[in-house]
Amino acid sequence: MEMPSPSEMVLADKPKLIEALLQVLPEDAVISDLAETRAYECDALTAYRCPPMLAVLPRTTQEVSDVLRICHEAGVPVVPRGAGTSLAGGALPTADCVLLGVARMTEVLETDYDNRVIRVQTGRTNLSVSGAVEDEDFFYAPDPSSQLACAIAGNIAMNSGGAHCLKYGVTTNNLMGVTMVMMDGTVVEIGGAHLDAGGLDLLGVICGSEGQLGVVTEATLRILRKPEGARPVLIAFDSNEVAGACVSDIIKAGVLPVAIEFMDRPCIEACEAFAKAGYPMCEALLIVEVEGSDAEIDHQLALIGDIARRHNPLELREARDADQAARIWLGRKSAFGAMGQINDYMCLDGTIPVSTLPEVLRGIEDLSEKFGLKVANVFHAGDGNMHPLILFDANKPGDLELCEEMGAEILKLCVEVGGCLTGEHGVGVEKRDLMIHQYGPDDLEAQLKVKDVFDPKWLLNAAKVFPLPVTENRRTAG
Amino acid sequence: MLTPKTEAELAEMIAAAAGAIAIAGGGTRGVACEGAPLTTRGLTGVSLYEPGALTLVAGAGTPLAEVEALLAGENQRLAFEPADLRALLGTECMPTLGGVFATNGSGPRRIQCGAARDFLLGVRFVDGTGTVVSNGGRVMKNVTGYDLVKLMAGAHGTLGVLSEVSLKVLPRAETTTTVALSCGDLAVAVRAMSAALGAPYDVTGAAYDPQAGAAYVRLEGFEGSVAYRADKLAALLAVHGDVDIRPDSAELWQGLRDVAPLVGAEGDLWRISVKPGDAVQLVPALGAAQCLFDWGGGLVWAVVPKGTDLRARMAVPGHATLMRGSGFARFHPEPAPLAAISAGLRAKFDPRQILNPGLMG
Repeated sequence: MEMPSPSEMVLADKPKLIEALLQVLPEDAVISDLAETRAYECDALTAYRCPPMLAVLPRTTQEVSDVLRICHEAGVPVVPRGAGTSLAGGALPTADCVLLGVARMTEVLETDYDNRVIRVQTGRTNLSVSGAVEDEDFFYAPDPSSQLACAIAGNIAMNSGGAHCLKYGVTTNNLMGVTMVMMDGTVVEIGGAHLDAGGLDLLGVICGSEGQLGVVTEATLRILRKPEGARPVLIAFDSNEVAGACVSDIIKAGVLPVAIEFMDRPCIEACEAFAKAGYPMCEALLIVEVEGSDAEIDHQLALIGDIARRHNPLELREARDADQAARIWLGRKSAFGAMGQINDYMCLDGTIPVSTLPEVLRGIEDLSEKFGLKVANVFHAGDGNMHPLILFDANKPGDLELCEEMGAEILKLCVEVGGCLTGEHGVGVEKRDLMIHQYGPDDLEAQLKVKDVFDPKWLLNAAKVFPLPVTENRRTAG
Repeated sequence: MLTPKTEAELAEMIAAAAGAIAIAGGGTRGVACEGAPLTTRGLTGVSLYEPGALTLVAGAGTPLAEVEALLAGENQRLAFEPADLRALLGTECMPTLGGVFATNGSGPRRIQCGAARDFLLGVRFVDGTGTVVSNGGRVMKNVTGYDLVKLMAGAHGTLGVLSEVSLKVLPRAETTTTVALSCGDLAVAVRAMSAALGAPYDVTGAAYDPQAGAAYVRLEGFEGSVAYRADKLAALLAVHGDVDIRPDSAELWQGLRDVAPLVGAEGDLWRISVKPGDAVQLVPALGAAQCLFDWGGGLVWAVVPKGTDLRARMAVPGHATLMRGSGFARFHPEPAPLAAISAGLRAKFDPRQILNPGLMG
């Protein structure tokens, strides 16, 4: 993975920078020792590592503003970091950067049940936002798999999704306002507890901008009352095509489940070996979850059952209680852990039009044969967000490169059928070079112009999202 | 009138423009900017509709009515419920799909499922230099690059003229029932709507019409489920006043969506967006205005005597848009740092400042 070569000038001025930062931050918030900066050398894309020049861990918006102002004046690149769970390398440092972590900013600032909003510092983890309101039976809807660890800051940067976004939407649909610090230290308030933007929808473009437009320190999030209950049904099929057709029919019938999850045979086998959830052995499994009162759930599951039976399922297992529901989810929820135990894997997240599912699964099978690497598929079928897991051996020379090459081919296939490179993980460094397959030069230029406005010197997380040659003039102009 | 028939023609016209262009979809908003009028009405046609994938792609000038009829045929709909404001604004033209998104127009269901911008999956547009730009796509989850889709939604054409939109649609509900609360007091109405929206019954609308002396809470879905939830909600709201349940009341919501209670009222028309609970704090500012409250109190439509500076009287966070009237800027002035960002974006996308100049600042 190519990264811009570090600026000698910035590296040489490190002592001066430390001195300036210590004027505005307590001593324990500035980390310069290599033994300690190494803790920030990578995120969840562990194949790429580079310790930052410095790491800082501010506690307030004012401290973040001071840090950015100092870095801006000195021309020092900054890489923001939430909890470091990015699968795309969104928080990968450069050797000459100040890594700005929000991990110490975890306060709940305001909880307002009447208006159904919560305001938090963005270092707070996703799950603990729901945790803060669960006593009142409320929750925060976006639920990425990493929700126990991942921070709201990263969720906003990547516009994170989750299993339940078919009904509740992704981060951008649940984010109402932010306090954001611009690269020059200016603090801006965008949105709030009211519902719509008064001018241009700046909140919409900040969400998902991968930490390139500003550092979000506080967020106003929509919270929702928990439904009365939820239960899944598990449906087994003898082919991917039939399972795909069943998904489409469920959606067409007017039932809107909160989640439709899809697993193929390699994935089912691995999960079964790992979690022993008692899944039937078959080519494709669907887990469909609906919400409401008991009677409402029964009604919706009956409708789904009728649709599924028209597709001759091998088995249809309806959860009657919480225990059965937990067993149905057990295998799916341990899918990534299960794969991790048998192999190294690379997780992709291209999204495709639901109608192209069988075609894409066949294409992935062909690529799997061509490259000689196994693939297990587990994904959010309702919205076409695939998660092919390519299995490889990190200790075998050349295997990672082969895996990456195959991953790129799969993502190109997703784009070809009308989909996109990434549905919820973000571009980061991982898919940076593939952007030219999704967007033409004018399309990319329009995005770069937005960064020009927010960060004219291109100091903030600048080596991500876009191919390096495309951004080179801008990055080196300052 | 510039009426491009293709995206390429649109691009040529903008590139060749010698001065300002006043952009309109169907022209239903009645906003007259300085400049040569341009309409997207010629950019029509649904190029893709996959009911099983809940997606539709169409030219920006496609009449809204055509799209809604097509969706109805598959028992689907635009869930964000765009309003038909022609009667309210006294305009007559044909609303277009692009116009709905350019203005981020959303109806009562916005409080539950989101605004127009939340259903826009992809755009093609022509910026102020005549360059064609594509962003987003036609899949429901997409974080590939910056989300210019949201930036274009509600930009009122000031960053570019939409040529094509791709959107998410949802199933139409089997039935609509309303729980109505007799109520003559805004504070009580807001409390009741807040209780309803905070209950686990999936409320899809909460509005208060002082003219009718009633707060309305909407439930949608399968018949048995709606009946069950209506009973629960009626019991919950009974502490606030007399409650009645009105089955099959979709028409009532069409009227609320189109702000029918204020049609014909004389004066300036404002649209105010605040935190729902703050609606009560607006009372001194509103004075004797005729109002309609939607989104649980978060959206206030107000007709005030001509020349009233409602904005100056607002003592709560939020913003007010002048929808009909004159003498004030149409959009709420932004705080300086945000105004600078917005101006910066406009300068990048429309360096000659020819697209609806001055409309948004």
